[in-house]
Amino acid sequence: MYTSYLKNKIQSHSRGEYNVYSTFQSHEPEFDYLKSLEIEEKINKIRWLPQKNAAQFLLSTNDKTIKLWKISERDKRPEGYNLKEEDGRYRDPTTVTTLRVPVFRPMDLMVEASPRRIFANAHTYHINSISINSDYETYLSADDLRINLWHLEITDRSFNIVDIKPANMEELTEVITAAEFHPNSCNTFVYSSSKGTIRLCDMRASALCDRHSKLFEEPEDPSNRSFFSEIISSISDVKFSHSGRYMMTRDYLSVKIWDLNMENRPVETYQVHEYLRSKLCSLYENDCIFDKFECCWNGSDSVVMTGSYNNFFRMFDRNTKRDITLEASRENNKPRTVLKPRKVCASGKRKKDEISVDSLDFNKKILHTAWHPKENIIAVATTNNLYIFQDKVN
Amino acid sequence: MFARGLKRKCFDHEEEGDGPLAGFRAVPSYDLQRQSLLDMSLVKLQLCHMLVEPNLCRSVLIANTVRQIQEEMTQDGTWRMAAPQGGGPAPLDRLVSTDVLCRSAREQEQGQPGPEDGSFPKGFEDGPAAGLTCDVPSVTVAQAPRHLPSSSSWDLDSSRESRGSFQKSLDQIFETLESKNPSSVEDLFSDVDSSYYDLDTVLTGMMGSSRASPCDTLEGFTPLTAAPPGPGCKADLGELDHVVEILVET
Repeated sequence: MYTSYLKNKIQSHSRGEYNVYSTFQSHEPEFDYLKSLEIEEKINKIRWLPQKNAAQFLLSTNDKTIKLWKISERDKRPEGYNLKEEDGRYRDPTTVTTLRVPVFRPMDLMVEASPRRIFANAHTYHINSISINSDYETYLSADDLRINLWHLEITDRSFNIVDIKPANMEELTEVITAAEFHPNSCNTFVYSSSKGTIRLCDMRASALCDRHSKLFEEPEDPSNRSFFSEIISSISDVKFSHSGRYMMTRDYLSVKIWDLNMENRPVETYQVHEYLRSKLCSLYENDCIFDKFECCWNGSDSVVMTGSYNNFFRMFDRNTKRDITLEASRENNKPRTVLKPRKVCASGKRKKDEISVDSLDFNKKILHTAWHPKENIIAVATTNNLYIFQDKVN
Repeated sequence: MFARGLKRKCFDHEEEGDGPLAGFRAVPSYDLQRQSLLDMSLVKLQLCHMLVEPNLCRSVLIANTVRQIQEEMTQDGTWRMAAPQGGGPAPLDRLVSTDVLCRSAREQEQGQPGPEDGSFPKGFEDGPAAGLTCDVPSVTVAQAPRHLPSSSSWDLDSSRESRGSFQKSLDQIFETLESKNPSSVEDLFSDVDSSYYDLDTVLTGMMGSSRASPCDTLEGFTPLTAAPPGPGCKADLGELDHVVEILVET
């Protein structure tokens, strides 16, 4: 994503398409002269701040710099100034014979995005996560080796709260892959690693949270061991449930739900695309094994969702234990029609409407998905399109 | 979907068809598959290292995979080492860091004299697009030259945004020097003008020389613990300090 798009519904739903609400360029490419390399403007993460007034705020980050944007709507404008004409020219004061109170009149909606803060120069490595604290005053940013704590008002200083860089870089065997603040406990955050572990830290324990309060790790299944075991155990995303009682992690083949009170194994595991397990070597070769999928909870924490290949995305209902595979594709789904469940045929005879593993398109990957915090509306991003789906139930 | 006919060499389960060749097509042996995976991983690491700012997570994961393969091959005894004393499984600390393996590959590519046998797989020289053939002797990766304590491609942290962090870089240089032979100190800055190495890596003392010094291959797998610095080292440390000061314009 090079720019930040916000989409909103248009008045008429006839075409089932959404209009762009606002577009703005969040980051520009930069050049680091010391290292002679270009810092891409590509946005890695966007996080909304809780809304406090009419305007919306979001944090967006590329590899090195985080920015706070204010998005505000203007749909009224004042008319009837005494000293100015409508077009802005000043009136000759001698022509003013009466006074009037300016009034607000409606105008076409105008959406303005203005940068409010720029948080730069705090990360040597590539930023992979940002997370806003429940105190709504601070947030964390995480790169491969370090996590920094910021105050939203202060841009020239951040505090390093996690540092896993070894003294000797040759000893480096593990990196930070994602981090998130607890939704309710403003002193608690977690970070995940490339070795499939999650560490929960309490900022009250010490200034530098190098020692975790809890370490979540599932013992390896010896029957599934291969040279790719570590790579597929690398966690690409970690998300707390809204309740704060659970957290979800996404690794290459599965989604795991952890109870924060139990460190030695997840309470639920959902296979996203187990049929890829026998293809790991090929996926290693074409680098797909390094794809970082995100995951998300629905508002009530009863369903979790994540993406897969071939523009498929998966939902798992934690209560009914049912799961469904859907496709985000214009060709295969007319607007305003109910999405048809998809099935991948892992082996053996392929039934009608099933898709065989070998005909999956690995270039069509859904890495980003989001669920509306209150309603049953989801956003699913394919390579070039954003799809918004909502529940048919009216 | 998958690239170019390397399927056969992978560990993936193949759907053996019912065609006439089914019975004749042998599944590649485990050793062959493992070697192929090792080769593929080393190529990937090389490509990573060619980027100025590699994806660290990816590099680490691939490096760990290479290490795993090395460990297994060492335990098998199929990891043929140049160490003068053979026999017995090598302890883990004798395994060469994967970064060194890739460095040696790159040095080979640049046409350096390199290790004595010069037996590096041709696949690397041809570049990643070339098919990696499995009939390459597995002795290739064993000829790693001297142990380079720190990884340039991973160490992006030589930010000169503050003197504090630069001091740390200096410390790294000194740390490096303590474990090196005095003769290699001159080599440290021999590539200052080389466009391949940016100033960054030179100051952190890693790239070392592109000329393998004569003692390199004999050292084989140097242990991770640094040798105590000899008297010759101290004089060179002072000289290095001076050079570095000039470079950072203090």
